[in-house]
Amino acid sequence: MTDQTVAAVALTELPTRQSFLKPHRIVLMTIAAVLLGCIVVYMRWDWVPKYSGKLAWGVVVTLAMLASTSILGFLLAVPIGLVQVTGPRPLKWLANGFCTIVRGTPLLLQLWLLYYGLGSLFPQFPWIRTSFLWPYLREAWPYGVTALTISFAAYEGEVMRGAFAGVPPGELEAARAYGMGRWTLFRRIWLPRAIHRALPTLNGETVLQLKATPLVATITVIDVYAVISKVRQETYITYEPLLLLALIYLCLTAILVVGFRYFENRIPTRGA
Amino acid sequence: MAADPGSLINWSLLALSPPGWGGVLLAGFVNSLKIAVGGYALGLVLGTGGAFGKLYGSPVIKDLLEVYTTLVRAIPELVLILLLYYAGTDLLNQLLTALGFGAADVSGLAAGIFVIGVVQGAYSTEVLRGAIKAVPAGQIEAARAFGMSPTQIMRRVTLPAMLPHAIPGLSNLWLIATKDTALLAVVGFSELTLVTRQAAGSTKAYILFFCAAGVLYLLLTLASNIAIRLIETRARRGMAEPA
Repeated sequence: MTDQTVAAVALTELPTRQSFLKPHRIVLMTIAAVLLGCIVVYMRWDWVPKYSGKLAWGVVVTLAMLASTSILGFLLAVPIGLVQVTGPRPLKWLANGFCTIVRGTPLLLQLWLLYYGLGSLFPQFPWIRTSFLWPYLREAWPYGVTALTISFAAYEGEVMRGAFAGVPPGELEAARAYGMGRWTLFRRIWLPRAIHRALPTLNGETVLQLKATPLVATITVIDVYAVISKVRQETYITYEPLLLLALIYLCLTAILVVGFRYFENRIPTRGA
Repeated sequence: MAADPGSLINWSLLALSPPGWGGVLLAGFVNSLKIAVGGYALGLVLGTGGAFGKLYGSPVIKDLLEVYTTLVRAIPELVLILLLYYAGTDLLNQLLTALGFGAADVSGLAAGIFVIGVVQGAYSTEVLRGAIKAVPAGQIEAARAFGMSPTQIMRRVTLPAMLPHAIPGLSNLWLIATKDTALLAVVGFSELTLVTRQAAGSTKAYILFFCAAGVLYLLLTLASNIAIRLIETRARRGMAEPA
């Protein structure tokens, strides 16, 4: 059913090096190289040096968005997944409803609801205007971080629910037999084992989260996508900036996948 | 900016006829639905071809498909939509002028369906490939032993037998397709999210309209879930209950 995440088809594999160079591949790579050469030679790239500083900063903003929302979202996902397994009932329903609503509506809509909706609501309350938070509430990025965090928490919460439910009952029973209290059992056995089980999906979820970050450009956060949009407006070049943008995201995805694989190899796993 | 808090729940704004915006919202919703259905169908066609190509195609076809699925799954949908939207309409116009037709004005609907379809195609290629691989090889061998042609095998054995394996992934993709249509708001196509923003902007009742649109999307998701469950029970008929 729909409680399976899309992580199953998310991009988490890279080609292996075994027997990569076959005759037809060499031909294909030559064609690709010629194409690339044509793109570099015949298209306009003279704008790149001028904007390189801004682009670099945009990449930093994108990565900051990705890291902060993934970490915060994961921290939220643990309790959301847990209460769906253990109850109490009202909390269970609440978590379930949260996941259904967030996963059933487009992220762009949520983002605009927060930014335009709350943004138009907050100024009406004088006590908010005088609070220390006000300078931040007039910025765009808190809304972007909030929306992305909520989205990640909902999708990953669903994964954590499955992970908590999937920890073999015998292990928890053994912990109880040792006389561990509920909290100790959770801290020593249940949580680590659940996170362990959820790790493989985390890579795919993070890649999907990276792909969601450019949406914050629609609410005036200056990430790498927004920088490229600015380039297109100022230089009237249609394709080249978009191609560069695609390349940047390709590289970021590749780095993510390789990085995750490195960590996965360092964590000892036996079977599933 | 400061609207009085009472305007938060001014239900008359949702009336179906002007000055209410309900009709506009519903028209946008219908547009979203059209794109979702069209894009999903196109994605299924591309995905079926892609899956068979990846499993049984020549090495060159396999590699090209690998490039296609990798690119689409690594680049944000928003960027792909922009690229395909401009490049697709551009190429089509150049093709038409080359063939001696005048440049066509590509409708937003067709462009949207094309863009969502290409994105969906990459994902459904992967889903269907996994599902085809899950069909026991003996069943396909048996079909070959009966002397069926490849197309007959596909129609009679492979596609029906892989369907139960593919349904979870495909239903996920359908839900993604419905939500991806919202991204077309960025290229100015008047689907639900964009008209919602226009309605909210002109009436200043932001929360009301965004929540109303959210409810529409949610209803679509919930209705889809019910339909998916029915399809799943039908596809699984005669199979052992999953453990």
